[in-house]
Amino acid sequence: MKKLLKLFNPNFLWGGSSGKGPKHRHMFNYSRLWRSAVMLTALSAILPLLAISWLDYNITLKAVKSETLSRTSRTVSNTKRTISAFLEERKSVLDFIVHDNHYTDLINPERLAVILENLRKSFGGISDIGVINANGQQVAYIGPYELEGKNYRDQAWFKEVVERGIYISEVFLGFRNDPHLVIAISYEFPDGTFYILRTSIDTDRLNEQLSNLELGAQGHAFIINTAGILQTPSHHHEETFEKIAIPVPEYSPTTEAFEYHDPYGESYIIGYAYIPGTPFILMIAKNKNEIMKSWNKTRFEILIFLSIGIIIVMIGVIGFATFFVNNIYIADQRRIKTLHQVEYANKLASIGRLAAGVAHEINNPLAIINEKSGLIKDIFQFSDQYARDDKLIGLVDSIHNSVARCGAITKQLLSFARHMDFSLQPVNLKKVIEEVIGFLGREAEYRNIKISINVSDDIPQFESDRGKLQQIFLNLVNNSFAAMSDGGNLTISAVPIKDKRIRISIEDTGCGISEKDLKQIFEPFFSTRTKVGGTGLGLSITYSLVQEIGGTIDVSSTINVGTRFIITLPLNPEKIKEKINAITPR
Amino acid sequence: MRLLLVDDEKEFVETLAERLSLRGFDADWATSAKNAEKFIDSRHYDLVLLDVKMPKVGGRELKKIIEKKLPGIKTIYLTGHGSEEDYHAGSAEAEYYLMKPININELIAKINDALGKEAQS
Repeated sequence: MKKLLKLFNPNFLWGGSSGKGPKHRHMFNYSRLWRSAVMLTALSAILPLLAISWLDYNITLKAVKSETLSRTSRTVSNTKRTISAFLEERKSVLDFIVHDNHYTDLINPERLAVILENLRKSFGGISDIGVINANGQQVAYIGPYELEGKNYRDQAWFKEVVERGIYISEVFLGFRNDPHLVIAISYEFPDGTFYILRTSIDTDRLNEQLSNLELGAQGHAFIINTAGILQTPSHHHEETFEKIAIPVPEYSPTTEAFEYHDPYGESYIIGYAYIPGTPFILMIAKNKNEIMKSWNKTRFEILIFLSIGIIIVMIGVIGFATFFVNNIYIADQRRIKTLHQVEYANKLASIGRLAAGVAHEINNPLAIINEKSGLIKDIFQFSDQYARDDKLIGLVDSIHNSVARCGAITKQLLSFARHMDFSLQPVNLKKVIEEVIGFLGREAEYRNIKISINVSDDIPQFESDRGKLQQIFLNLVNNSFAAMSDGGNLTISAVPIKDKRIRISIEDTGCGISEKDLKQIFEPFFSTRTKVGGTGLGLSITYSLVQEIGGTIDVSSTINVGTRFIITLPLNPEKIKEKINAITPR
Repeated sequence: MRLLLVDDEKEFVETLAERLSLRGFDADWATSAKNAEKFIDSRHYDLVLLDVKMPKVGGRELKKIIEKKLPGIKTIYLTGHGSEEDYHAGSAEAEYYLMKPININELIAKINDALGKEAQS
């Protein structure tokens, strides 16, 4: 679980750094690299997903819309045929009557009453019938009103019948105050005169035809005239004879469908058809939201699919980006560490060469000073005249001591520069430590410093350079002694660790090292004790010695609490040689 | 006891010779191999002190020349270098190897040790 969390919260994300020193910075800004990797990969994975979903969304939407429109169109077409057939039927019957009956028969009220009765029986909804002569006068009439003798010559419908031979009126209330329409048909005699047979039809049958359509809860069919006035009742719209809100569609000989958005935010799919030979436009309106219900489900499924897809892609992308960036980061960390080691080794080597040169140049004049002052002292000592002059002897001794001090420094510098041969021999770690402590035992006793040695019995005898090991311990123990006041504690412990290595810790209760100094502690010539004889080479020599025998050294310290040096050494000499070859600059 | 000191630093070798003379040694000094050979040819010496690094002919080369003329002569090397080469020169006979600046008492002890005698000063 922790590993999984680590995968999504790696060190590099928060600018974790192992860079030692300003020279070796990370090759990349890892959090930025990670962000770019995640963004680019996510984009390249999610964009096609979004595109496909968008495409699918649109195609499906288009398909649903076109299916809805065509279904509406089909319904309109079918209804249009029904309505046309309804009107055509009645028109044909009138046509049949005028052809089947002689004019004289038709103006006979009895005959006309029989015809009306038969019509009512066959078709129903026919309220009256009348015959109008060429002058526009109603010569015969059977019906509920007193219309016989009424002249229609000046009326528009009369003119239209004369012109076109047929007339179908809009729906109107008339005297009856009941919606109906009129169909009139003319019969022309061979001499050019004519008469008109006119009948009124209730619109109930027509309305029935429309209401019988199965259009679903939100769909309804109705008829308007070319001025947009409702000719049949509409469930959801205005009353008959009111003007509908939908604009009257343009004339088209075929069935059409379009989308209409009303001012209240509702959308409708409207299908319409002009019914030929009539002033009627058949309309079917369907609530779009109702129709699109199935589409909404599909849309929801597409969105769910898209969301799940994006989540899976993001988990994958973040996981992989983290894994790869982390690998680069680790490699970079190693690079920095190696660079640091190589630079350190190079620095030590060049400082060594410089030190050797300087030491050599100084050594010769120093030797001369040494001999000259020695001779002066000899002369004083061998001559009675000055032998008892303590001041002169003191002065010469002081020169001598200074030369000896300089000599010690040059010798140390030269030993620092020297590449001693690497000689492996079996080493008993506990023995080596005890020998080193032996040198310093007296000082420890005198200063009341308590030394504890805890070397694990699990550490076998191993091959290493005994001399170098001794010098390492001597340097570090000396360092600890210098850091501690009288009565301190020095603990040296060693335990075996994994990969056939041992871990040695040298811990004191001294004054500690500040964080700032800790960074430079292994640098050559860095010393906080220059005034009391520190050369600043001890720890840097120790550092190279530890590297030469294939180990690593680390330090941690707390001011006024103490310092701990940790050395890890390999038990396998083959590895030491490889490491030496790798790090020793030639 | 006769000693020959050879070092290209005249000031050094001259002073050291004088100091050894004060301690009862019969010490001659030379600043080059050529000069040293003249001394060897003219007198007998019990021990030579040689600087390892000298122009033209170095200490170890000179030792070979002297060895031919005075077989079995004891040698103490002096050096101002800490170089690997010098160290190897010394490691063969570590006790007869001294680094400059030298401690006179240490040198006397080494001379006596080499000659197998008690200190004379």
